Amino acid sequence: MRSQIEGSRAVAETVARCRPQVVCAYPISPQTHIVEALSALVKSGRLAPCEFVNVESEFAAMSVAIGASAAGARAYTATASQGLLYMAEALYNASGLGLPIVMTVANRAIGAPINIWNDHSDAMSQRDCGWIQLYAEDNQAAADLHVLAFRLAEELSTPVMVCMDGFVLTHAVESVELPGATEVDRYLPRFQPRQLLDPDDPVTIGAMVGPEAFTEVRYLAHATQLAALARIATLATEFRATFGRPVAGLVSPYRCTDADTVVIALGSVLGTLKDTVDEMRVDGVPLGVLGLTAFRPFPAAAIAGAIGDAKRIVVLERAFAPGVGGIVTADLAAALPVAGRTVHTVVAGLGGRPVTRASLRDALTAAAAGTLGPLTFLDLDERLLRHTAKEAMA
Amino acid sequence: MFEVRIHGRGGQGVVTAAELLSVAAFHTGRYAQAFPSFGSERTGAPVVAFCRIAERPIRLREPVLRPDAIVVQDVTLLRQTDVLAGLADDGQVLVNSGRTVAELGLAGYDGRIFTVPASELARAHVGRPLPNAALLGGLAALCHLVPLAAVVEAIGQRFPGLLGTANVAAAAEAYHLVHAQLKERSHA
Repeated sequence: MRSQIEGSRAVAETVARCRPQVVCAYPISPQTHIVEALSALVKSGRLAPCEFVNVESEFAAMSVAIGASAAGARAYTATASQGLLYMAEALYNASGLGLPIVMTVANRAIGAPINIWNDHSDAMSQRDCGWIQLYAEDNQAAADLHVLAFRLAEELSTPVMVCMDGFVLTHAVESVELPGATEVDRYLPRFQPRQLLDPDDPVTIGAMVGPEAFTEVRYLAHATQLAALARIATLATEFRATFGRPVAGLVSPYRCTDADTVVIALGSVLGTLKDTVDEMRVDGVPLGVLGLTAFRPFPAAAIAGAIGDAKRIVVLERAFAPGVGGIVTADLAAALPVAGRTVHTVVAGLGGRPVTRASLRDALTAAAAGTLGPLTFLDLDERLLRHTAKEAMA
Repeated sequence: MFEVRIHGRGGQGVVTAAELLSVAAFHTGRYAQAFPSFGSERTGAPVVAFCRIAERPIRLREPVLRPDAIVVQDVTLLRQTDVLAGLADDGQVLVNSGRTVAELGLAGYDGRIFTVPASELARAHVGRPLPNAALLGGLAALCHLVPLAAVVEAIGQRFPGLLGTANVAAAAEAYHLVHAQLKERSHA
């Protein structure tokens, strides 16, 4: 049954149907509605015997999730922005210990200057922490990916972040088919921890590893991520069979087969991008869109397959690496043979600046005409820059 | 696709209004997307929310730039911000005010601006000057976007019990007031 529901609420209801045993979170905009809804669900007794743990910080939230998961509980948390950064040390511990925690990141910019709005700087800053990262295009995907995430995390014994654009998705009310409880139970078996902290059968996890084996630990972390590539694709197929609707697994190609130019992007901007591409297709511009659901692991082979022999790639980035350029672009360049292709980076929508069809159309028209530079900041306000420069001189 | 922009102030239920409109459209079997423009969440600060309604799933995520309808929940915003910016050529506007369009100095716009005393209606029916439900009733009369029954259903679902009944009464009265204005203008 479809519901007209806020994205945060849809995620909370879906997480509830995944039967978490421990939910712990520290509130931060724009994640707050998710954990408020979950705390109310836990309090109502509907999720019994689930425990909601109030914590004093994001560092504690992740630490509680780590303890709970190590003790054999299905653990969930959610955060955003500076909250994710405050967790950074514990994030590495969760993945290093192989704990299948699922976390929603309600993507938000990182300060200073303080900014509560959406971009991907938070999750992308944690790209190397060993967590799988999946990005939702809309609230249907945000809900469905959580079910897939628990299954994936527990099968591979590795943590998964589900990234959904803060405000743009978390606070948007739209039609969502909530995953049915029966189907979730069929798709997501009971959590069978690979290792367990049990006072009756004591073990040590996370013991010190010296130079003799640390490289091997990291090698195995990479192997787990690579194994996730095949697993995500399979689980997406299985999701469709169980729930009767598709979920984007690794990538979602749109009108790519005959495209000269393919635009690569993640998250909610894909919708506006597809509308723009449809409009420009009417004018005869052969554009395609490739959405990346998986950012970690980086789905290089799936990308190569989807873009075929498109001459030009535009990477629409919702985050930025100062001093380098596009984050996804760099991954793409490392993963793909780019010889004979032109790759453009377009940085858009930082700190919540709306990404409009009109601006996308301008950039993509320039790309198709071969006049787009290697790195473009969409809608850069030159007047504001001149003003700032003048102030600095004064 | 029909696009609505709602202007008001923090605490007036601007975001809720957009959400309720989307729920009403959903009940009529269409697709709808409601989302706030997240600026300040302080009471009294200007707030904008959007609602799109379409026959097909809505992918677009940009703010509503060319609204087919604008709802102004707080009349003082007319002087403060350009609330009518981008109004579509045949777009309509509903302002929360007990004064006439002429008295507000909005007589232009080919008669596409209407007023309804939503805060007074809310005060009378609900006991608090929360104008959003009444304005949705007025908008239903103005745009034929959603029937009053769907607005009533959305309000009742969100506010069960007496609060819902009172808001429904305010919405229904606003509906009839706007409906009467429309009739009057078509005869003029």
